[in-house]
Amino acid sequence: MSLLQVEGASKRFGSLVAIDDVSMTVGPGELRAIIGPNGAGKTTFFNLVSGLVAPTSGAILFEGRDVTALAPEKRVALGMARTFQITEVFPELSVADNIRVAVEIAAGYRLTPWLGGAGRAGVDAKVSELLRVGGLADKGGVRVGALSHGDQRAAEIMMSLALRPRLLMLDEPTAGMGDQETYEIARLVRRLHRRAGLTIMLIEHDMRVVFNLADRIMVLAEGRVLAEGTPQEISESDKVQAAYLGKAAA
Amino acid sequence: MNGLRGHRLNVAVGIILLFMPFWMGAIGGYTELASRILVMGLAAMSLNFLLGFTGVLSFGHAAYFGLGAYGAAMAIKYLGAGTMPAIALGMLVATLAAMVIGALIVRRRGVYFAMVTIAFGQVFYFLAFRWNSVTGGDDGLTGWHRAPIDFGVATLDIFGSDKAFYYFALVIFGVCVAAMALLLSSPFGRTLIAIRENERRARFLGVPIEFHIWLSFVVSCLFVSVAGALYALLNNFTDPRALRFDLSGNLVIMAVLGGMRSFWGPLIGAAIFVALQDFVSSRTENWMSVIGLVFVLVVRFFPRGVLGMLRNAAKA
Repeated sequence: MSLLQVEGASKRFGSLVAIDDVSMTVGPGELRAIIGPNGAGKTTFFNLVSGLVAPTSGAILFEGRDVTALAPEKRVALGMARTFQITEVFPELSVADNIRVAVEIAAGYRLTPWLGGAGRAGVDAKVSELLRVGGLADKGGVRVGALSHGDQRAAEIMMSLALRPRLLMLDEPTAGMGDQETYEIARLVRRLHRRAGLTIMLIEHDMRVVFNLADRIMVLAEGRVLAEGTPQEISESDKVQAAYLGKAAA
Repeated sequence: MNGLRGHRLNVAVGIILLFMPFWMGAIGGYTELASRILVMGLAAMSLNFLLGFTGVLSFGHAAYFGLGAYGAAMAIKYLGAGTMPAIALGMLVATLAAMVIGALIVRRRGVYFAMVTIAFGQVFYFLAFRWNSVTGGDDGLTGWHRAPIDFGVATLDIFGSDKAFYYFALVIFGVCVAAMALLLSSPFGRTLIAIRENERRARFLGVPIEFHIWLSFVVSCLFVSVAGALYALLNNFTDPRALRFDLSGNLVIMAVLGGMRSFWGPLIGAAIFVALQDFVSSRTENWMSVIGLVFVLVVRFFPRGVLGMLRNAAKA
């Protein structure tokens, strides 16, 4: 059974059709990349799936359950986590506290007025583990707002990972990064996918990252699905060459 | 949050408050002024639970302060209640009101939230102002006074002794402040700070934002109502000004003046505000313009408030 199923989703903003009848499925354990020229509707598509905006028509099913009308926080509780194109963190809090908030929520402590003993020790251990996985072990005490762009992004991914998601959605994880940072983030994503078996859907502009990581690629153009297939199929598709790669090269 | 320094500050504040009635006299103050600082400090710190630690601005907290005040005063006047039951009744009334009104306004954000808090706050003001037969109207609720507290083995004469009342208020202040500090360092408190820092991120970590803001609003109003009840007891009197929106504004000024990002900041802001009010109003009717000037200067030069400035100075 597919993990995520989108059925004929459309989103109109006034007369603008941002997403036009998009259907797709993501299977468990898959790493799906979404590419397309600027303004193709990639982020809007993410917003529909994660619940930030409601679709004009169509349905979104997660593990067979219709989540189209669910609030974002309820979708998170079902196992859908996401990051944003512009990194969304808690800038005044330390890296460890950013992750701690997520760990505590995932452990069901969000309304707990006092946490001591074993509960606290469990949270502490989980926070250290996530700091280590994210390559942030020596930066736990640093204010997130003071970190480099790449480290902030790693912190954001670790916060999403703390939720133990069934589907992790990454909106341009390497946007605005240099080669070294891009490499680090790509390596992190690959590790999460290969070792932890996490299902990941990511929007990405960097083609090296896309073709290195993705199991399947969906190409969006002007709100519609232009093509879908393996990296090889996509790279050999004339349609994609013409509409996307050709345009980008011009 | 910042370990040792935070701990030292707690001890320093504790010692200062413990001896306030004694050193107040030496600098030209008096015990009742010390009590007023304590009570307004509690009110400003309670407001700051919502403002500084959840990032939500309320301009209507006077309503819950006033409900606490009227609740306690009316319990004593009409029901002959003892001091503690009177405070409890004031808290109960104010907290129930906050639960209902909070649920109505919690979907609003920013300036819209602030505007509806004013609007709902004024409802209670006009109720107290108009309903002469019960509230005493514009003249306030008189003809009652706080009673000594009988502990069985001993009696604490908070009516006859200003100092006894101060220490009574200090114990209640301590309990309220400790409860707020505990909540803020708990997982629940962290979700509130998370909302302040980045509402979208908090929502996408799975926090139902509206519910958590509602809880924060109710907790904040609960503690501000304790301050209101103490204020009525302190004055043996309450009038509609305890519910009016200019008091709400003053509480915001106290929090910002002292530093709304620090736990103790609003207490310092309240101390400056109340002391200035007392000192300047005995010389000119335009005391508010002096406070206004101080406020503008602090906000201009020390945007993190007086405590924020002191912290920076200590770091440098």
